[in-house]
Amino acid sequence: MRLALERRAERSVAIAIASPLIAIALTLITMTMLFASLGKNPVAALAVYFLDPLTDPYSLQEIAVKATPLVMIAIGLSLCYLANVWNIGAEGQFLIGAVAGSWLAVKTQGTDAGAWVLPAMLVLGALGGALYALIPAICKVRFGASEILTSLMLVYVADLVLDYLVRGPWRDPQGYNFPTTAEFDSVATVPILIEGSRLHLGALIALVVVAVAAVMLGRTIKGFEIRVVGSAPKAARFAGFDADQLTILTFMISGALAGLAGIIEVAGPVGHLQPNISPGYGFTAIIVAFLGRLNPIGILIAGLFLALTFIGGEQAQIAMKIPLDLTKVFQGILLFFVLACDSLIVYRIRLMPSHRRATHGIG
Amino acid sequence: MLDPSSVNAPTREPLLQAIGVTKRYGTFLANDAIDLDLLPTEIHALLGENGAGKSTLVKIMYGLIQPSEGELKWMGEKLALAGPADARALGIAMVFQHFSLFENLTVAENVALGLAPKESFAAISARLAEVSRVYGLPLDPKREVWRLSVGERQRIEIVRALMQNPKLLILDEPTAVLTPQEADQLFIVLERLKDEGRAILYISHKLEEVKRLCDRATILRGGKKVATCDPRRETAASLARMMVGVDIGEVKAASGRAPSIPRLVVQGLTLVPDDPHGVRLDQVSIEVRGGEIVGIAGVAGNGQDELFAALSGERRAPESGAVVIDGRAAGHLSVTERRRLGAAFVPEERLGHGTAPRMRLSENALLTGHAASGMVKHGFIDRSATLAAVDRATAAFDVRKSKRDPEAVSLSGGNLQKFVVGREILREPGVLVVSQPTWGVDAGAAAVIRQALVDLAGRGAAVLVVSQDLDELAEIADRIAVIFHGRLSTPLAAAAASREKLGLLMGGSSVGTQEAADAPRA
Repeated sequence: MRLALERRAERSVAIAIASPLIAIALTLITMTMLFASLGKNPVAALAVYFLDPLTDPYSLQEIAVKATPLVMIAIGLSLCYLANVWNIGAEGQFLIGAVAGSWLAVKTQGTDAGAWVLPAMLVLGALGGALYALIPAICKVRFGASEILTSLMLVYVADLVLDYLVRGPWRDPQGYNFPTTAEFDSVATVPILIEGSRLHLGALIALVVVAVAAVMLGRTIKGFEIRVVGSAPKAARFAGFDADQLTILTFMISGALAGLAGIIEVAGPVGHLQPNISPGYGFTAIIVAFLGRLNPIGILIAGLFLALTFIGGEQAQIAMKIPLDLTKVFQGILLFFVLACDSLIVYRIRLMPSHRRATHGIG
Repeated sequence: MLDPSSVNAPTREPLLQAIGVTKRYGTFLANDAIDLDLLPTEIHALLGENGAGKSTLVKIMYGLIQPSEGELKWMGEKLALAGPADARALGIAMVFQHFSLFENLTVAENVALGLAPKESFAAISARLAEVSRVYGLPLDPKREVWRLSVGERQRIEIVRALMQNPKLLILDEPTAVLTPQEADQLFIVLERLKDEGRAILYISHKLEEVKRLCDRATILRGGKKVATCDPRRETAASLARMMVGVDIGEVKAASGRAPSIPRLVVQGLTLVPDDPHGVRLDQVSIEVRGGEIVGIAGVAGNGQDELFAALSGERRAPESGAVVIDGRAAGHLSVTERRRLGAAFVPEERLGHGTAPRMRLSENALLTGHAASGMVKHGFIDRSATLAAVDRATAAFDVRKSKRDPEAVSLSGGNLQKFVVGREILREPGVLVVSQPTWGVDAGAAAVIRQALVDLAGRGAAVLVVSQDLDELAEIADRIAVIFHGRLSTPLAAAAASREKLGLLMGGSSVGTQEAADAPRA
């Protein structure tokens, strides 16, 4: 006997919902084996990872703080991916957004500027991310360059730009030579929602982004265009939808949201510009987008789940001396299983008699 | 005449027998206790309207789905097919109506993928060339599939099936995309396969063809077997009556149809293709007047796709005056802008081009309706308007579907085509360009569609029909032009356009040009 994939006549809705859950279950099984091989008690380790953060209010707020950039970036990425546009460079757009917005914070430092500063920073951040995302979009549309490569390579460019600025022109003179700007003024800081916590206005903005994306995808002609271009390109051309224009649009929306997330992160939880403002949010958001089935509500849930792994990973490092890198391993395994399980939506697994033959799909 | 024992009494042992095959989907009976036996050295027709259960029955025979009740017997022994691989191992091959080919792979690679990996690729390529030569089905093994016409793609499917040296060959609507000459060539192949002792199950809607080719015919209606008969002893009308249950009406000319002013004018359209293997359109000119149906005949791959794209606006013309819609130069306009001028288009490929397969019908109504039907207000989709469009098309064109708003891919070919044609005609276009309006559609649906085209012209629209079906063009067109190597002949008045004359033009002969020029306009 052997296993074979057989095409389903219709897409299975039940599996479409169950697939992320199956992927999570398989990831947990794999993690159990990993913990065991590291000589840790798997049950205790999983409890520290996934249960402890849910039991105290501080950790819950931290999950929301970490989920904020993940959800915002993933929403943008999901629009790209639905349109069959592969933006892998959200991390770079996040960093450039942070830089663009921080420029205003640095320039207005100590000048007692008004309350307009923060809104202007957010606009600049979004604009910076959008323009940065425009580069791979134009390279794709004009020259046919693979956006997967160009957008990814631009991440490293953005990283170096940020590094240069905080070590050079924007370095805090009173900062003991640390590569960082001065702490932003209060008018350049994202307000805190709950006194004494780090939960900030960005979390609400992320919720608004989710709602707007859900309405856009489900109810507007633009959202429809994005879905048609991605799923049936020839039909989209027949409908009169311009794939190139949508490539540019989705890249810019995605860049804007990543940039906005970047400046919110810097002007919020971090408080100043420095290297390492992101533990790879832009890459983790790719996992969030797929785990959330490219659906805004799904992405919100997936973003909270991935944020939980960040917090759990930190706690596991403290409590059980489990390396923090294991969190990245976890996220990578999760993406692998999510993509693998997605095959089950269109195909079913069948046990076949042991002859090697190709299965024949019906068009 | 309906008594099976009186026709070709099966003295030979049946190769494949279906006994009381029933397939239930919920409460719906797709197949209801169907008996069928296929003999070696026989071409057996399977006739029926869309939704009659032909596809279900054939999929059961090919192991794609399992029957709810009843059984199959292969050479007298009970047979359980776990999947198509089992069927192929026994010697059952199938050529589907919708092709399963990888566009980016070559002909030989596609064929190799469908065969057992015992043979080397070189051996498969050689055998492919041999089979295609022996049976007269020319194919270049090194050509990528995306460069091939629909007719050529089908040839791959047929050759691939033949390479498995099948005992039973099932063909689903094989001639739908072929010219009369290509069809004749196929019939020779099929006759030869029959003489080699194979059984052939032949699904078709073309009754004349079935009468000419098939030894026996089994007719399904509403999931039940109506009769098994000798098609040569029946008339096309009697076969149609068994299929539909009532007489199919002839297409009636709309009364008072008189050509008025030109509404669609193509003038000296020359267009270099995007794809190096595409066809260059060369000085194409034609004029379609209001109230008139003009047909464009031609063998697949002679520039029909390119012409359609240039007319719809999927490709823009180099000069805006090359395409004129209702007096407005439209060569530079987009698809959407042309629709706003009152033009509508129905492409040849209904799944993937005319519709997005995995989207609902309401969303597919929006696909072409967003331009000018009040379905979009301030950028927001009016769901009730798109659903209403689906309901209107359903009611006007008798589109049969499982629920109010299913995915396009779940509809049968004929029903989806009725939806696509209905979607455009209900917008009351002033100009309609339609490519292969009844490809792979059953007789009942084809009659509905043709009648709708005639009625639309009767209401004053200009209708341009690109079709490879000469009978269809003869039935509805007022004038017929032929496209060959990207050039369009002068249109002939339908009455003067004999099959022979058109056949010559389709083969690239310039004979008839003089007559064409002499032919009275309309």
